[in-house]
Amino acid sequence: MSSRDAIVAEIPRLRRYARALTGNADQADDLVQDTLERALEKWRLWHSARELRPWLFSIMHNLFVDSRRRAGRIDYCDADELDEVPQRSQAGDALELRDLDRALALLPTEQREVLLLVGLEELSYAEAARSLGVPQGTVMSRLSRARSRLQSILNGEAVPQLKVVKT
Amino acid sequence: MNAPISDDDLHAYADNRLDAARLTQVEGWLAAHPEHRGQVDAWRSQSARLHRAYDAVLDQPVPARLMPAANQSRWFEMRRVAFVGWLMLGTVIGFMLRGEPARQAPPAQAGVSLPHMAAVAHAVYTPEVRHPVEVGADQEAHLVGWLSKRLGAELKPPRLDEAGYRLVGGRLLPGERGEVAQFMYENAAKNRLTLYVQPQAAQAADASFRYANEKGIDVFYWIDGRFGYALSGSTGREDMLRLATLVYRQR
Repeated sequence: MSSRDAIVAEIPRLRRYARALTGNADQADDLVQDTLERALEKWRLWHSARELRPWLFSIMHNLFVDSRRRAGRIDYCDADELDEVPQRSQAGDALELRDLDRALALLPTEQREVLLLVGLEELSYAEAARSLGVPQGTVMSRLSRARSRLQSILNGEAVPQLKVVKT
Repeated sequence: MNAPISDDDLHAYADNRLDAARLTQVEGWLAAHPEHRGQVDAWRSQSARLHRAYDAVLDQPVPARLMPAANQSRWFEMRRVAFVGWLMLGTVIGFMLRGEPARQAPPAQAGVSLPHMAAVAHAVYTPEVRHPVEVGADQEAHLVGWLSKRLGAELKPPRLDEAGYRLVGGRLLPGERGEVAQFMYENAAKNRLTLYVQPQAAQAADASFRYANEKGIDVFYWIDGRFGYALSGSTGREDMLRLATLVYRQR
């Protein structure tokens, strides 16, 4: 498999992760496009498919964090501010998607990233740590907090509904 | 040897990341502490919900704007070839200077990815209650015709009734080199097996049975003629070997 083919083969997974991370299909594809451009610029060595994935996720992570920082340093936002997802004919699926988009948006970015890399993208803890540039112990503590917080949100329990703006 | 069970162990259990020894310990601990079982199940169901909500993206066509330009790739390909060339030269020189036996070559790419891809597909679709397959066994003639056409060669789901497994149906999946078929079987105890069938490159040599454990899923895989096969399940290695043998005999 050529290097281009190897990267192209990862696009569906990058899109899935970006979609869940941003909660918005257009933003997700913008992020994927930026990630691919950066990846092709930085492509120096042969990466086996095994190493390629965490590397691509790490590029996406850096771009995502930068874009959030530029966009006003909002770490997580109020549920009322989220866009309404248009209703589709498969109402059940659309509602489920909207519920999850909203719930994920209520997680701090660092927790959401870990939760998605491990729970959705099924990266190992070591791969998630490499993707995010943090120690594995940090991945574990974020994962633990993310899961209990998501559980509270999905159960409709009270969670902080604050808009935290870092200054 | 028996370190206390930590929160990290429980997460690793929920994510199927424990090795066999630790898995046994954690399972024993959970049996003695059923109050924590619900927690682990809740984490697993979170992951399953994420897949249900977002996996649809994987099946969507990739927008054209995301596809890297082909002319870029040629340049990268040349750099890669150059790099691999240097690497090989270095390896040869290193080998000659040191005079030690060369390490065993890694297995061919298909041999590595086939069980992994099969196990991922198994993990995604076997928990499905409402949509485990695209075409059910009640329309078997259609299933056979459809998958044979898409994979470009006659493909019939093997019979596993003598082992107590009935065919649930099948689906078409995107694989690493094109289209892949997955057949699903279920026994009376609701255990599910999947058979992942991937067209092989024409020059691929037949390969004997191999075994892999992918995050707790037992996978037996082999290459036979035009197809690579991988049978995935969670009923234990010996049981899976028996079932894989049954599949192999019906080719």
